[in-house]
This record gives sequence, structure tokens and C-alpha cells, in this order.
Amino acid sequence: MANLTIRNLHKVFEGTEIIKGIDLDIKDHEFVVFVGPSGCGKSTLLRLIAGLEEVTGGHIYLDDREITDMAPARRDLAMVFQTYALYPHMTVRKNLSFALDLARVDKAEVAAKVAEAARILELEPLLERKPRALSGGQRQRVAIGRAIVRHPKIFLFDEPLSNLDAALRVQMRLELARLHQELNATMIYVTHDQVEAMTLADKVVVLNGGRIEQVGSPLTLYHHPVNRFVAGFIGTPRMAFLDGRVTAAEASTVSVALACGPEYRLELEGRGLKPGDAVTLGIRPEHIQVCEAQASPFQVTLDVTEHLGADTYCYVRTDSGETLTVRAPGDFSGRFGDRVGLLPDLAHGHLFDASGRAMPKPGAPAQAA
Amino acid sequence: MLTLKQTRRLRTLLLGTLAWLVALALFFPILWMILTSFKTELAAFASPPELWFRPTLENYLHIDERSDYFHYAWNSVVVSFGSTLFGMLLAVPAAYSMAFFETRRTKGTLLWMLSTKMLPPVGVLVPIYLLFKQFGLLDTKTGLVIIYTLINLPIMVWMVYTYFKEIPRDILEAARLDGATAAQEICRVLLPIAKGGLASTVLLSLILSWNEAFWSLNLTSSSAAPLTALVASYSSPEGLFWAKLSAVSTLACAPILVFGWLSQKQLVRGLSFGAVK
Amino acid sequence: MSITSLQAGVNTVTEARTGTTTRHPAPRLRRGRRIGLAMLSPSVASLLLWMAVPLAMTVYFSLIRYNLLYPGDEPFVGLENYHYFLTDEGFVAGALNTLWLVLSVLAISVIAGVLIAVLVDTPFFGRGIVRVMLISPFFIMPTVSALVWKNLLLHPVSGVFAAVWRLFGATPVDWFAEYPLLSIIMIVSWQWIPFAVLILMTAMQSLDQEQKDAARLDGAGPLAIFRHITLPHLARPIAVVIMIETIFLLSIFAEIYTTTGGGPGYDTTNLAYLIYSQALLQFDVGMASAGGLIAVVIANIAAFVLVRMIGRNLTDKA
Repeated sequence: MANLTIRNLHKVFEGTEIIKGIDLDIKDHEFVVFVGPSGCGKSTLLRLIAGLEEVTGGHIYLDDREITDMAPARRDLAMVFQTYALYPHMTVRKNLSFALDLARVDKAEVAAKVAEAARILELEPLLERKPRALSGGQRQRVAIGRAIVRHPKIFLFDEPLSNLDAALRVQMRLELARLHQELNATMIYVTHDQVEAMTLADKVVVLNGGRIEQVGSPLTLYHHPVNRFVAGFIGTPRMAFLDGRVTAAEASTVSVALACGPEYRLELEGRGLKPGDAVTLGIRPEHIQVCEAQASPFQVTLDVTEHLGADTYCYVRTDSGETLTVRAPGDFSGRFGDRVGLLPDLAHGHLFDASGRAMPKPGAPAQAA
Repeated sequence: MLTLKQTRRLRTLLLGTLAWLVALALFFPILWMILTSFKTELAAFASPPELWFRPTLENYLHIDERSDYFHYAWNSVVVSFGSTLFGMLLAVPAAYSMAFFETRRTKGTLLWMLSTKMLPPVGVLVPIYLLFKQFGLLDTKTGLVIIYTLINLPIMVWMVYTYFKEIPRDILEAARLDGATAAQEICRVLLPIAKGGLASTVLLSLILSWNEAFWSLNLTSSSAAPLTALVASYSSPEGLFWAKLSAVSTLACAPILVFGWLSQKQLVRGLSFGAVK
Repeated sequence: MSITSLQAGVNTVTEARTGTTTRHPAPRLRRGRRIGLAMLSPSVASLLLWMAVPLAMTVYFSLIRYNLLYPGDEPFVGLENYHYFLTDEGFVAGALNTLWLVLSVLAISVIAGVLIAVLVDTPFFGRGIVRVMLISPFFIMPTVSALVWKNLLLHPVSGVFAAVWRLFGATPVDWFAEYPLLSIIMIVSWQWIPFAVLILMTAMQSLDQEQKDAARLDGAGPLAIFRHITLPHLARPIAVVIMIETIFLLSIFAEIYTTTGGGPGYDTTNLAYLIYSQALLQFDVGMASAGGLIAVVIANIAAFVLVRMIGRNLTDKA
């Protein structure tokens, strides 16, 4: 069992509140990813869980035990650091066994556990080397191995892939997913890379400014962001945001006149909106089609196009000066300065009121806390 | 016309020669001292100086003749190793505390330590002299060890601090998560990683204590006098003992020269208080 | 802000309070902080003692008439000692000599240091040995360098300089009699050029080669590179050299003690030596203390700048 419960957690550092009251439940075997822009408090939150920072207010429970004030080593957690934090003066074998040696675990048992971790991570040929003599990916594996040998209740990962090159990052991401399956462990993973968050997580926690913006499965966050911040943070290329004003608001439809020209009607709950309110329409690049200029009331000027092979990302400018990204087919042949029309798929449109809150879609899961 | 390659080679040759000449000029006094130490007293005083002479080991073999060389050398050894030992015992915990338990006062404390180094020794010469007299520390090795520990402590704390600062916090936190106690964290992780830096700190402290010549001249007379004081005693014009002086000086400087050569790069950090690395 | 409600997997958390609770720091962490303080305090305490007690005594002594030759009679005399010290002919001479000594050694060692550091920055045959030879004088103990210069090099009869002078048909100079202060400056410069070389040589190694390459492509010759790239890069290390040398040069003692003993007259007496002679040769503790405090004030003016500079460096790294 490894259920982690966080209640009203606060952290003040030199007069600045970094964690502003966090409530979170993490269930056994879950792979939870904390994601957010830099400075959002995600690493601090992880370090509070690990016991590396002292809590200013609130409580942390692991199963039935309160661990808020407990020494890090007694919490039954293991952490993989961004910099790997391998002991440079010890061999890989010693790095792996250090925690067990400190706990005075029986020699034979240590050897068995190290051997098992080495097998899982394919580190056997490297056991006698020092970290200096390892590649980035190998160091990463040793760092994970050091966590594995301890059989912790929860694995903590602090941006573990950020020091690897792109190809290795993809490979290690897959290995981590496999490891999660194989160990069937609870994992908490911090990253600023939303692709890692989307691909690895059972549950994503989006943090911003020391608060939780939204918690949910990757697809929930993608399809039903609760506010403009989450909508903009999840998904690449970024969601396009177009300013407009409400022209009509009813229980299940809202009409919006965009500053860049066209007027659209969206199937959304319009309660709380009234005509004249400032709103923002959000549409993901993959939910906009490019067409001939005459075929749409929404006309834009083509800026730069990036051909990725399967897709083409078109950066376009509206007549009111907003820039947005549109995903076109790979053989799209527009040129700089062309006028094109856009056909947004309004079923996938999001509407945010002036405070950034998303208007709920009919039939969407309850969003209220 | 010279080709680009030839000009470059010529320039390297010229600059190299110039560098050698400058280096030889700066090194000459040391070289001359070493040469003189192998001359007879008569040859040492010869005018014009003899460049070619029959070397003799006489000065080294009878190094104890004019003065009790080994007595002074032993004092130097005891005082520099003693003060280095105590200095490290004080500096390592202090640097650890400041590097890893940083508080709002840490920076101020560091700079304050540095500022004690700025205190000119003459400003406290009189009271120290009188205090030493009062407590019977004048002309004792204990007294010198105390003084040297204190005057080198700021540099040692700074140096160790900069080395500790370079050790990623993550590694210590990993050790903490692995269940290491504070003592295990220091002895099994921190010190092994920092051993290179600690070694150069020890060397710098040894060099500074060995060569210190204000307090040793003022606070010792004979029984605790180190080599600096022995050499100074040759300044009195009675008799001409230049060859012996050179032999004594060569022996007094040799170990420190070697230490200095070995650790030149790391010493920069200590000598510049971490400002240049 | 809304949070997706999740099934709370824990039933035991019934008393989880809401509202910010300020709690005591974790015991282990608080203990860590106490350990930190305990480890720091021996150093701080001993340095504090080392600084405060003697300084306080110096202040006290400087305000009384106190001569070791006439014990028992120690009346409070206010600033009389300062008056005597400052109007003593030795003070003017000592202050000027100190100034000359510091300024000329600084100028010589910095200029030579920069040139040598640049000279040995390009690879050539035996560069390692050259570097070792260049920095060696710094590791020679002050009394040794003073005596080697006095007896083996500058001696008017059998010194090497005298031999060179004779070689060119000139009359050998009796350095310590004719140019006593210059002789001291030569000795001290010889000791401190290597310090400047050592620091600047190391600083040169962090000079970005690409910067020089870029400048070369921009058409800069060796002089322009030195002027616009090397010198600015060395500005901070040079400042460090100047500050640290100043601290040490203000207190030059052993070189004077072993060669001239401050003479002839006051010709090579600097403030440090003057105070020493007043205290331990004339036993006038009161006046020596007043002088000592004046020396402290002078050093502090120099130190203030250095501490500020290194302090800024400390913030840079943080």
C-alpha cells in the first residue's frame, strides 16, 4: 500500500509563499506527474514530500502515518534527482548498495537486491565503474537503480530526463513507463515538459504559482481544461486564443463575435455570461482547418510555414493582429503573405471568461472541487 | 617572404625564448642561493662570484655547526602542522555549516571572517605580546600554533567553503534520503568527494604557517623559534656564513617550494579568497 | 480555481485541519540547524576573541601612558599618545615610506604580472617549467629572500649585481646605503610579482578562446586583442591582486627587520616597523598602541573596498 495524502500544505521560504495550500491524494500504483512552468512550486512540492524541505503548514500522510515532520530516510521514499546525484567517489555497485549498507542490511541480501536492480536496468557490465566513466543515460539508470534497491513505497522523480539529449529522453521515457509496469509502484514525477506528463501519467497535476490549477488524466486535461492556463499549458503547438465579446448567451449555447471578424456559436453552458462580456475563444491547432480565403468568413495572412513531413504548422496573423498556429496537411503549399481562410472545429472550441475560467461543456465531467 | 606557418613558428620561438629569459631572471636568486649552498665559505664570498666551482656538501653535512638547525626545523614542522591540524578541525565544520545550512547571516559571517584577515598584525602586536607574557606563551610552540591557527583560519574556511559549495546539494540530499546520519553524510560522502580541495587547503595552510615571519620574529626568541627566525638571525653582521646561510635557506624553502609547485592551481582560489579559480 | 475532486484513499485523515497552520520545523531539520550552528561557533568564537580582546586592549593602552620600562605609573592621558605618534618625525617618514612601498610594489607587480601572464599564455617549449620558475619566489620565506638579496645579490663587494656592474665598467652600488628604500622595494616586488603572475595566469585560462578568434576574424591584431579583450577580462583579477597585495604590503615587516632594521635613520621604516620598534624596542606601549590603531584604520579603508568587491562576487555566485 502506498497512498499519499496531502492536506492544506504551505511552504514559505524567506517570506515568500511558494506553496499556497495544496490538497492532493495519490493512490497506490498511480503514476502522478507534477507539471507546470518553472517557479510554479512543483519541485518544492516534491521536496516537501521527500522531507528535504521543512513544511511551513499543513500535513502529509503516507498510508496511516503522518510523515510531515519525519526524517527523509524514514519516510520510505526514494528519489531520483535531476542531476542524478550519484556519489562520484563510489562505484556503481557501491552507489546502489549505499542505502542498504547504511541500514546494515545483511550482506547477502544487499548483493541480491543490487543484482536484481542491475538486471532490471541492464547495469550488470557497469557495476565496477565509477559514475565519471558512464554516459548520461547510464548515470540516469544508476540513479533509478539506487531508488529501486530500497523497495520504497513511493518513487520520486525530479525532472529526471532534462539532462539527456532528445533521442535518449524518448528512450528513457519508454523505459520509465515499462518500469512502472514492472515494479507496479507508486511514482511521483516532476517535469516542465508536458509531453512527458501526457505520455507517462495516470494523473497529471498542473501547478501554477504554488497552487494546483487542475488534476486529472492526460486526456481530461486535454479535452476539458478548467481554465485558460491549463488550456494553454497542455498541448503542442499551443492552443490559439482569440479575443471576442459575447453577443448572446443561453443555457447551452453562447455566441461570440471575435475581434478578428467572424462570429461563432458554441455549444457551451452560457450561465454567468451576458452580451458584451469579454471572452476568449481557445482552439487547438489540430482543430482548425485551412481553406481557400473565400470559403470562410475567418480570413488570415500566412506568416511562416514549417513542414514537418506528415504535418505542416502554419503560423498565421489575424486582421486584428493576433498570431496563432494551425495544423495543416503535410502537402500544404501556402506561401508567406498568402491570404487563407480558417475553419475552426467549434465542437472542440473552449471559451474562457474574463477571469480565465472555462465555460463548461454540456455533459462534461463535473469540474467543481 | 615567410609563409604564415613560418611566421607563426618564428613568433612562438621568440615569445618562448623571451618567456624563458624572464623566468630565469625571476628564478635566478633562488638558483644562486642553491649554487652558493654548495660552495665553500670562501668561494661564496669570492669577488667576482664564481660560476664554476667545485661543489661541496660541507655546508649540508655541518648544517648544525653554527646553529641548532634541527631544533628550528622541528619547531617549524610542529608549528605549521599543528596549526594546520587545528585550523582544519575548526574550518571544515564551519565551512560545512555555512555551505549546507545557509542562513541569512552566512554571507555576513563569511565577510566578517575575511575582514579579520585585514587586521594589520601591528594593531594587536602589543596586547598579544603582553597577553602571551601573562600566560607564559612567549617563545612557546603552543603560542605560535594558536596564532597561526587564527590568522590562517579565515582563508581556510573560505577555501573549504568554496570547495563544499561546488558539491551539488543533491548528492548530500541523496545521502540523507539513503538514511545517512549527519556524521555519515560528512565522513562517507562529503569528505571523500572534497578530498582534493581539502588537500590543497592543507598545503596552503602549511605554506603560510611555514613562511610566516611577523609573529615568529616577535613572539619567539630561541626555544620555539622556527626556521624563519633562524634565517633572520644570520642578518647580524658577525662573521660571514653565506654558504651556510644558503644551505639553511635552501633546506628551509625546499619543502614549501615543492608544495607550492604541486598545488599552484588550487592555491589561487585560497589566495584570492575564491575570487579567481 | 477549482480542483477535480478525487477519491480520497485515506480514511484516517479525519482530523486534517484546514486553514494555514504554522508548525514547528521538523525535528530532524531543526536539529540540523542546531548542528550547523554548533559547527560554526568554534570558528566564529575564536576569531571574535582574536579580534575583539586584543583590539579592545589596544584601544585601552592607546589612551594611557604605559611604558614597560616604568611600570606602575599608568595614568589616563586621553589622545596624547595619538598626538605624539602623529607628530613624531618617524610617523611622517613611516607613512611616506609605507605609501611608496605599497604603490611602487603594486605598480611593478601588476604591470609585470599582466605582461608575464600574457607571455606564457601561448604554448611553447617547456611552458610547465617556466611557470614553476615564475611563481617560485612567492613560496620563499620572507627572511630568506631578504637575506639572499642582501648578501648574495646586492652586496657591494661580492654580490652578483656588483659583479655585473664591474663587468660593464661601472662602480658597484652599495644598494642598502645609497638606495635603501629602493632595495626593499626590489626585494618585495620580487616576492609579489609571482603572486600577480599566479593569479593572472590562472585567470587567463578562463578567457574564452572563441572571443579571441572572433576578434581576430574582425581584424583585430595582437595589440587590439590585448587592449580590448585580454585587459577587460583581467580587470577583476587585477583588482583582486591589488586589493590582496595592499593588505599584505601595508604590513611588510620581516624584509625590513632582516635587512635594514628600518634605517638608515627612518629611511626604510614603514608604519608596521615603526610600531614594532616603539613597542618592543622602546617599550612605549601607549604610543605603539595608538600607532597600531592608526594602522588598523588605514588597513580598514583598503579592506573595506576589498570586502565589498568580494562580497559582490559572493552574490554573483549565489
